Amino acid sequence: MKINLKVNGKDHTSDVEPMMSLAAYLREVLLLTGTHVGCDTSSCGACTIKMDGKAVKSCTILAVQADGCDITTIEGLSQNGEMHPLQASFKENHGLQCGFCTPGMIMTAENLLSENPNPTEEEIRHGLEGNFCRCTGYHNIVKSIQHAAESN
Amino acid sequence: MSNYIGQSIKRREDDRFITGKGKYTDDIVLPKMTHLAFVRSPYAHAKINSIDTKAALSHPGVVAVYTGEDCGNFGVPCGWQVNFKNGDTMKEPPHPLLAVGKAKHVGENVVAVIAETLQAARDAAELVEVDYEELPAVTNPNAAVQPGAPQVHDDIPNNVVFDFALGNPKEEVDAAIDGASHVTKLNFKNQRLAPNAIEPRSYIADYDVTVDKYTLYTSTQNPHLIRLLMCAFVLGLPEHKVRVISHDVGGGFGSKIYHYSEEALVTWASKQIGRPIKWTSDRSEAFLTDAHGRDYVTTAEMGFDNNGKIVAFRVHSEANLGAYLSTFSTACPTYLHATLAQGCYTTPLINIDVTATFTNTNPVDAYRGAGRPEMTYMIEHLMDTAALEMQIDPVELRKTNFIPAFDGVSQPGYQTQVALQYDSGNYHATLDRALEMVGYDQFRKDQEESRKNGKLLGIGFSTYIEACGIAPSAVVGSLGARAGLYESAHVRVQPTGSVSVFTGSHSHGQGHETSYAQFVADTLGIPMENVDIIHGDTNEVAFGMGTYGSRSLAVGGSAIMKSLDKILEKGAKIAAHKLEAAVEDLEYAEGKWTVKGTDKSIAFGDVSLTAYVPHDYPEGLEPGLDFSSFYDPTNFTYPFGTHIAIVEIDKDTGKVTLKRFIACDDVGNVINPMIVEGQIHGGVAQGVGQALLEGVDYDENGQMITGSFMDYAMPRADDFPFFETDRKVTPCPHNPLGVKGAGEAGAIGSTPAVANAVMDAISHLGGVKDIQMPITSERVWEAMNS
Repeated sequence: MKINLKVNGKDHTSDVEPMMSLAAYLREVLLLTGTHVGCDTSSCGACTIKMDGKAVKSCTILAVQADGCDITTIEGLSQNGEMHPLQASFKENHGLQCGFCTPGMIMTAENLLSENPNPTEEEIRHGLEGNFCRCTGYHNIVKSIQHAAESN
Repeated sequence: MSNYIGQSIKRREDDRFITGKGKYTDDIVLPKMTHLAFVRSPYAHAKINSIDTKAALSHPGVVAVYTGEDCGNFGVPCGWQVNFKNGDTMKEPPHPLLAVGKAKHVGENVVAVIAETLQAARDAAELVEVDYEELPAVTNPNAAVQPGAPQVHDDIPNNVVFDFALGNPKEEVDAAIDGASHVTKLNFKNQRLAPNAIEPRSYIADYDVTVDKYTLYTSTQNPHLIRLLMCAFVLGLPEHKVRVISHDVGGGFGSKIYHYSEEALVTWASKQIGRPIKWTSDRSEAFLTDAHGRDYVTTAEMGFDNNGKIVAFRVHSEANLGAYLSTFSTACPTYLHATLAQGCYTTPLINIDVTATFTNTNPVDAYRGAGRPEMTYMIEHLMDTAALEMQIDPVELRKTNFIPAFDGVSQPGYQTQVALQYDSGNYHATLDRALEMVGYDQFRKDQEESRKNGKLLGIGFSTYIEACGIAPSAVVGSLGARAGLYESAHVRVQPTGSVSVFTGSHSHGQGHETSYAQFVADTLGIPMENVDIIHGDTNEVAFGMGTYGSRSLAVGGSAIMKSLDKILEKGAKIAAHKLEAAVEDLEYAEGKWTVKGTDKSIAFGDVSLTAYVPHDYPEGLEPGLDFSSFYDPTNFTYPFGTHIAIVEIDKDTGKVTLKRFIACDDVGNVINPMIVEGQIHGGVAQGVGQALLEGVDYDENGQMITGSFMDYAMPRADDFPFFETDRKVTPCPHNPLGVKGAGEAGAIGSTPAVANAVMDAISHLGGVKDIQMPITSERVWEAMNS
């Protein structure tokens, strides 16, 4: 099936299998491998991207459902070679170890802060419920998001 | 310029991860690459009568279909031989790449289907017809050894892998327990856990017929070990024909140490079809087939005298190793477990008795801590339980029994009753600091007050010790290890003075690219930017034993230090020649050799250039500045610390909330405090996860009923408060950096602290029996209302 969509500001037209997930489309067709797949049940959040301004889990959205949509992935978060404040804050606060959950975590955090620029610790922890990290105990991820919110 | 050691330098590897530029195995696409899907056993135990692959073979896009009959006698090996008490060799059944004759656990590989696309492979796998005859299954290690239990392997009676004992003579320990004035006894299951690295396992094999060489890209913690096991013990390939690459790896926690059957299968099959093959696990496969952790059924008893002094410690466990022996599985309930039974205490008599069993479950192996969390849970949960029973403060009980401080330099190491000699320790120091952090006296007052208001607050302690930095090769060899556990390092000084370090350690989240560069730059007195750390490729790194057992810095770092010593020794000869001085008259500091007492000096970069442009050069000295080393440790390292948990329990629902978690750890010297703290945080989260949330369960037929993230309770961000951490420093006396290792401490220390806190919160209600992990709301409610 033919789809037209915008990914990280660039227009794409592709012919995709109806069963192809959006995550697979981003990774295998557009070679945007920053979006990771960690589960098959929409549970781990490693595949989180933004679709029309909302954070979504791209492993359980079909590529054809993204027809006409505006997508942002981790690769599209930096602007003009400058790291997004959240990216910088994750590095500054050691908010990652193995890095596998990180793109999804940052995309979720970006969505969280766009809806609630000054979240409490509790709101941040609640907002991250759909994203698993096995390395950090979330401690420095929460700190990273707090720090990014404060410096905004 | 220098003084990087001890600084929380931000990680250089982060730039690629936070921008989505990491290079994990599944990100790699090779020309002409095919995809593999497995048909896996839906039964825990079943005879395979026949397999019909015709329909799958004729499915569009299918390249090849293989069954166990096609793979010859290839099987993956176990890396550690533990003998029976009577000296007989352990039972080690073949572990085929694809099931032959019988399937022995749900999820076992039965058929491999290779196709042009993953979808075609998966669709064709659906068309394979396997005629199974279901057999009775056994999943509990205690049930497995009972007469009449289903036999996992037809020729292994009672499913016993081996029996094992360590410590003092059993009759002496029995007598001491019988004569003790108080005995605390616990029966419990240390439940099975799924490691759940967020990156699923992924392998790509690429056989190149033009040079008769293989390349295997794999998500492993130890590429050289995989190459060694696969070449020498599985496929019979010469190692120089096989390159193993493991770029970025998304977490391991032990589960990516082992050589898995899928890894060997894709490598073998790539030659059969003459094309690259990719297999990436999905999460369901990860739950079913990534080696699990823990799974012991235990009876543990601790005897005390009138003064609260421990007189003896006795344990019997059945350890579940699953259907086959994974790489390090046999070491976990034995030499990585029983050897920790001394804890931090002066216990004079110890006997640990373990029977390892086969069951119709997925193999079990090392998971963050590997045998040590299980032992620590026993000891520390017994201590708090005994304190409650004897009405002694748990802090006082520990102080009564602590081994006095010893530095391992002016005072000797501490000889335990269970083979090991501790290197250095100061157990009072971390406990005192943790008590200060938690405000213990005030807490007890608050607890009293809160009880009056109907709130259930509890505090739990854990003063743990662990054995890390594995391990002296001769020692582990005498205990059955089939490999040495040294590490290798190659330091190449480039002509212009920049430095490439090739290490056999592997980083999958630990931050070696940063912390290793810190101590290399400090030792050479050069900027960190001039140091590059290379790992994870057998063609680049000469050899390596990899990263697990909190061994990277203690063993891998020490190997690098050995090479740096050689660099500086040779550099001094070149410097002496250029400065027209004797080597003995030189000193090295801040990146230059100086003639003592003068201002005559030569910089590191000038010496390295001279080494590669040796026009004016010491006679008889080889050009170049490039050294390899192997470091074999003389002992394990023994980090320790105190963890304290405070929980609040909802009286109506039994819900446990972790209110505070305090950790004061002593991991010896620290290169990058930020990274060490991060390791503690992550370990604590996994340990708390075991205490409160996680557990793999099989039903009576051997079906896994916790096989997805919807069913297996992974810790989430809102399960935790911020952790409160601090450190004490007792350097390791036997390695050049004085480091002990920090990767597993959090997971080893934290679990009993949480379990103890729960019991402290509710035991005053009366009649409350010990609660099994995971300590769910349901179990707490039942305990309070039974």
